[in-house]
Order: sequence, then C-alpha cells, then structure tokens
Amino acid sequence: MKPFYFEKTGTVSEALNKKSENGQYIAGGTNLVDLMKKNITLPDRVIDVTSGLSSSIERVSLGIKIGAMVRNSVMAGNSLIVSAYPLLVKAVLAGASPQIRNMASVGGNLLQRTRCPYFYDTTTPCNKRDKKGGCGAREGLNRMSAIIGQSEQCVAVHPSDLCVGLAALDAIVNVEEKDGKKTKINFKDFHKLPESTPWLDNNLPEGALITSVEVPDNAFNKHYAYIKLRDRDSYAFALVSVAAALDLENGVIKSARLASGGVAHKPWRWYAVEKFLEGKSATSKTFKEAAEIVKEGLQPLSGNAFKVPLLKGAIETALNQCLTP
Amino acid sequence: MAENKQNYSRRFFLKSSAAFTALAVLPASVKAFYLDVERVELPLKQNLSVKISINNKTHELVIDSRKTLLDLLREDLYLTGTKKGCDHGQCGACTVHINGERALSCLTLAVMAQHASVTTIEGLADGEKLHPMQQAFMDCDGFQCGYCTPGQIMSAVACVNEGHTGSVAEIKEFMSGNLCRCGAYNGIVQSIQKVAAG
Repeated sequence: MKPFYFEKTGTVSEALNKKSENGQYIAGGTNLVDLMKKNITLPDRVIDVTSGLSSSIERVSLGIKIGAMVRNSVMAGNSLIVSAYPLLVKAVLAGASPQIRNMASVGGNLLQRTRCPYFYDTTTPCNKRDKKGGCGAREGLNRMSAIIGQSEQCVAVHPSDLCVGLAALDAIVNVEEKDGKKTKINFKDFHKLPESTPWLDNNLPEGALITSVEVPDNAFNKHYAYIKLRDRDSYAFALVSVAAALDLENGVIKSARLASGGVAHKPWRWYAVEKFLEGKSATSKTFKEAAEIVKEGLQPLSGNAFKVPLLKGAIETALNQCLTP
Repeated sequence: MAENKQNYSRRFFLKSSAAFTALAVLPASVKAFYLDVERVELPLKQNLSVKISINNKTHELVIDSRKTLLDLLREDLYLTGTKKGCDHGQCGACTVHINGERALSCLTLAVMAQHASVTTIEGLADGEKLHPMQQAFMDCDGFQCGYCTPGQIMSAVACVNEGHTGSVAEIKEFMSGNLCRCGAYNGIVQSIQKVAAG
C-alpha cells in the first residue's frame, strides 16, 4: 500500500477543509482499504470522518433522515426503518456479509466502486481506473456487466443493493461542500451513467461529503419485495436485482416503484413500467405484461444476454411477491 | 610509457579534483532534490501511536498508518490465532469482535481501532475452559483443516449473540461471510444450533 497521512477529524467542516485533491475520506473502509491494497486508489491523505458524521436515524418533516455514518447493520435493525421502509431493510440485508454490514456506512454504500473485474485487475485496461486505458470488459468477459445505459468507454455496473431500494423510494442525498454550501441531490440524479467520463461514478461535487440520506414518507411499507439473483445464494454481488413496491387500494395499483441493480452504471428505475402499472389491477397477468415492457431498450453485451430473461423473470416475480410480502 | 603514465596521472589528478569538488557541492542539492521528490511523489511513512484493548489487555503501540488490525494482531502482538485468508474482505478468516461486534480485521486500519476493545479467538476461552462455541465445534466436527475456524467461531459467537439462529437457513445466511474450503458447513451449523439451544 502506498504511504498516506492519516488524520482523524471531529466535524464535517474540519473534514472538508482537510481534504486534499488526492485525499480520500474514510468511514467503514470496507471498499477503500481494499482498493488501496490493490493500488487502485492511491490517496496521499486519508481523512477519518467516523466521528464527524451523524450516526442517528431521526424523523424529519419529509420522512426519515439517516445519518451518513449509520452502519448498514444498524440501519437494517432500526425500528423506524423497519416499520416505514421494510424494502430498505430487505435490500441492505441482501448485500455483503454480517461483518461487512457492521462496518460499512450508509454514505459509503452510495460511494462504493464497481466490482467489474477489469477495474479490479490493474494489469487489464479500464477507463474507470485510467482515463485513457480503454475498456477490457466491453469485448471481454462481460457476463457481470451492464445491459442498459452503458457507453463505448464503460460497461461497469453499480454494486449496491441499498442504493436500489433508495432509488425506488426517491431518496434525497444531503451533501455538504467546503464552502459550507449544502445541497440536496435527488437519488435518481446522484449516480450517473458512464458516457465519456466513466471515471466519475456520481455527481457528488469535488471534495464534498454526503452528510445524510432522507427518505420521504410513502405508502410502500405493505407491498414490497427485493429479489437478488447471483452466482451463489448469499454474499455475492447481483447479476440482477429488483426492488418493487406497490401502493394498492382495493386491488388496484395507485402507484408503483420498480428499480434494478446489476444492470447499469447506476441503480436503474423502470419509469415506463411504473406508469404502465398505475391504475391497473394487481394481478399476475398485469405483472407479466409489465415485465415484457422492460425488454425494450436493453442492449446486452456478448456475454450477458442471459440477463434479459433473468431480469424479466425477476421483475415479474418481485411484483407478484409484493402481494404477499 | 613512463611519460604516458605521468600525463595520465596529471589528467587523473585534474579529473579527480573536479569530481571531489562536485561531490562536496552536490550532497546538499541532491538531498534537497530527493526531499522534493519524496514530498511530491513518495509521501513519508507516517507512524502513529494507538491504544487498543485486546482481549481485555491494553496495548500501546506505534504503528504505520497503513497497518491493518489483522497485521497488528499477528505481527506486532503475535496473536496468530486470527488468520489471514484473502486479505481482501472476501473470506472472513480474519473475523474478530470490535466493541462487541463482528468485523473484518483485514479491512480495518489499525489506527481506526484507536481506543477500541477487540476480542480475538485467543480471548474467547475462560482460562483453561473453552468457550461453549469452541467446545461445540470440537463436538460437532465444525472444521477439517482448521484454517478458517478462528474466524468461523468468532462469527458463530456473534451469530448467536445477534439471535440469528431461528432456522438452518437463517444461520447459513448470517454465516455467509465465512468461507470454508473443506466444506465443514454442516458441522458449523450444528455447532451454532447446539450453542443456541444452550
């Protein structure tokens, strides 16, 4: 590992001021320490933000605010989250292992890097690691890669499960910058597509810190499902995952939310499917038709066409599961 | 030949004088240049002092900022019960308890465990009396080669403490962060069931 200066900070503003251009904030460290060991991330300065960031989960006017430093396991067991957003509990428990969930923070979960094997292997080309490196995955081993929204430069997928749930529930990311400026970023705009700048995973301003994530009040705590399909049953990244939630009234879908992981560079919302579902009766026939819509616009690569039927089936199953969560 | 030797000697004298003069001047600039390179390209190693309680004994150490808790345990304190499997957070062999919760010591920077209370496999037994989970692993054949076992046991103790022992499926899900290449999973699940039953 390349030597670095370690500094512990006590407040958000202190951390923001200490951040150098090549510096990295560290919270849970479950992704960053690994990336540093593999010489993928080479910070000159590592700034410990564990004391400065909030670890509380509280009710706010909009809904519930989750501090950036809340550990994944704490979030999964929090009574406010369990009753208001059980979908998030399912999503977060589908990710990683109990040890890692005890360490990993909510803010860090949003900022974790892709697990694309070409990104992780420094002997292979990767535009995300090296701006002019090329993409090895596009024409290479790409069974784990994206099937929608990818670019010539990058076909990586975002690895998070929690983020799929947060995207489905229209969360808001609270961000603070060095000059004290505080911004709210809608979850759908937080992560970005690779386009011609694949080295950027998200639209977080340079040097800024995520301070909390807010989830607005909703009626999606009765009919929800999170399905994660992967190479082994637990402790593996998703090939395809689906977060689904329905707001039902007398068997009719008032509103629907549908998002997927493992398919794109960002958690992917299926807005057209949601629109199709609204106003229809919640039957398996409706769900089958809805899953068909998903196929439009998918552009699988040489090695991941299997994700298309996998995704279609996962969406249909998730929507059906919403009726009996 | 003799003349040549003389000429050569004069030339040699002139050359070496110049070299000595240069050497007398160079060190300062070479050193400054090296320091510049070091500052820009090679950050100095940083040593930090940490105070960590491990198995109820407080240790004060001066360590490199890059050192993981796993390496601190094994290399500084010779607590080699905690194993290094993958060193990348994928196998669980390095599982310890930090402030009572299971965590991966290979992905924990030791400086971030400042003032923490850490329990390793060495701290589990009560004197000569094994922890019930250690005994259960022996009784139920919860291991074969034994390399993953310290991590499995630390994780298993936490799994019981957390109450995730309702079913075999639940135990498997909450033990999925610990891999066993020998495939002793059935014995591990039985060990946990045995301890959970009391």
